[in-house]
Amino acid sequence: MNSMQRVLTTLGHKEPDRVPLFLLANMHGAKELGLSLRDYYASAKNVIDGEMRLLDKYGSDCAYPFFYASLEIEAWGGDTIFSADGPPLCGAPVIRRAEDIDSLRPPAVESSPALQRVLEAIAGLKQRLADQVPIIAVAISPFSLPVMQMGFDRYIELMHEQPDRFLRLMQANEEFTVNWANAQLAAGATAICYFDPVSSTTNIPRGLYLTTGQQVAKRTLARIKGPTATHMASGRCLPILGDIADTGTAAVGVSILEDFAQLKAAAAGRVSLLGNLNGIEMRRWTPAQTELAVKRAIAAGGPGGGFILADNHGEIPFQVADETLLAIRDAVDRWGRYPLDWVRDWVDPDPS
Amino acid sequence: MSDLITQFRESLESLDRIRAEAIFTDALSRQSPIAAVEGLIVPALEQMGAAWHEGSVALSQVYMGGRFCEELVERVLPPSDPDRKHQPRSAIVLLNDYHALGKRIVYSVMRASGYELFDYGRMDVDELVERALADRIRVLLISVLMLPSALKVADVCSQLKARGADIRVAVGGAPFLFDGGLWREVGADAMGRSAGDAVAIVAAWMKEMP
Ligand code: B12
Repeated sequence: MNSMQRVLTTLGHKEPDRVPLFLLANMHGAKELGLSLRDYYASAKNVIDGEMRLLDKYGSDCAYPFFYASLEIEAWGGDTIFSADGPPLCGAPVIRRAEDIDSLRPPAVESSPALQRVLEAIAGLKQRLADQVPIIAVAISPFSLPVMQMGFDRYIELMHEQPDRFLRLMQANEEFTVNWANAQLAAGATAICYFDPVSSTTNIPRGLYLTTGQQVAKRTLARIKGPTATHMASGRCLPILGDIADTGTAAVGVSILEDFAQLKAAAAGRVSLLGNLNGIEMRRWTPAQTELAVKRAIAAGGPGGGFILADNHGEIPFQVADETLLAIRDAVDRWGRYPLDWVRDWVDPDPS
Repeated sequence: MSDLITQFRESLESLDRIRAEAIFTDALSRQSPIAAVEGLIVPALEQMGAAWHEGSVALSQVYMGGRFCEELVERVLPPSDPDRKHQPRSAIVLLNDYHALGKRIVYSVMRASGYELFDYGRMDVDELVERALADRIRVLLISVLMLPSALKVADVCSQLKARGADIRVAVGGAPFLFDGGLWREVGADAMGRSAGDAVAIVAAWMKEMP
């Protein structure tokens, strides 16, 4: 099977030849090319070269031309702060006062050089990979974007205290996200990863999700012309997993803060799961710890398909060593082959 | 009392300000302001923090509840009130990051629990070390959201130590939640998983510090 077949099979809740691995080490592309993160993300060509090298080296089952979340904020007129050793972050809020929302207009995808760079990277990868390897593109959900547009504290206040303005903001953001996601699909992306961690029960209670984030997701995903996966960026989601499935998404990125076996039971053929390696802890893993973490995830998530092995955030920290990424790759090769006969008799040496 | 704490906590979680205020006012009619704060608000916020950590309460509830409690405490215990705790000089800072919500929640909950502390806003390592030394800070609370910022706590701790500061450092924020061994690695003296933990840590240190 090639990567595309492997991924489609598992998303159909069947067992492919082996567990697919999404090794989302996008920043490591800069390391491969010996560039700073700022320089790396300044040109589509770098990201194409970087992603191709990462695919060669680690054999991930997808290409991941995700630059950084704040790139969308650049389209809205904001700026990005780069640093040498970590992900770029968004600068000052573009919505300074709540009243700014009343005249807010979604930016056009065509007029943003930053967004165009991503589209160019996707098109270049598509040319090289054809339909052998899925290209996973990212759109921040209209419901999670405001944390970067206006700050988390003011956004929580807006949600609770100014419902009309909140809806107005969602309208503008939904328009943008739909156009942005569809442009990426048109450029050659196979699927859209819809990052929506504000919807996570880490951040808002289920009752609020059902009247806000879930409604936004239903409306938005219905207008995105391709398959989607919803990512909680390591926020919790067990109490709302079924509600997320109801938005029409194919897979959910879950959190190491919750029990993976319980998540698997709750997903039960309705959605596939993406997870569940701890990217932050990964920085300190020994080869033995790496193998154990991979075995644990496969044992809980693998049987029956509906499972893609990945880190639980959707981005592996820059600090994680290449050796650890290679050890993940090796462990999947060793323990991820279906049928997963070893799982039945396997006893976790250190359950906790 | 524990019934009242539960009721107060439930009214905070459901954002029922009127009910929360009524319960607090009722407590005030029977005891001193500081006793009402310590007997009702502090335990309710601590419980909410613990519930957030185990997944049954959401951050939006912790934030809105903490902000409201801060207002209640402000009304009955103005900043200069001598009943506010006699505590070691303390400060809170957001290290290197731009995401201030974690720090803001911890600051609210500390103040809602009757503590006074400097709010340093956002600082980088050198600025923080100089300022903490100049202010003779004894308890430093550091909040971060990004992993590289969490790793920079190591520089703060080693520089403070090298300059002989008599200071304890407590850290918190997402990277410390995901890697339970990280706080020791960076040389902090304690790690808190929620804003309530910050109160508990400082309360415990107060007993040990002259
Ligand atoms: C929601 C979310 C998003 C949203 C909004 C983020 C934001 N705030 O700007 C979106 C989708 C936009 C997003 C984007 C990104 N994210 Co994000 N995101 C999250 C998530 C799910 C919650 C973050 C959050 O804001 N929480 C709210 C704060 C208040 O919670 P907190 O910091 O934990 O604080 C609480 C406690 O820890 C404690 N506490 C905090 N400080 C202190 C201090 C003391 C002394 C004590 C005692 C306690 C304490 O009390 C607080 C209240 O209970 C986390 C994962 C998670 N499960 O936490 C990832 C996470 C923060 N994201 C992460 C990253 C990397 C990013 C990006 C950089 C990705 C990218 N390459 O673009 C961007 C940056 C966006 C930006 N601002 O520029 C990483 C950061 C760690 C790392 N790997 O470096 C995390 C931790 C995910 C992970 N597991 O790796 N993200």
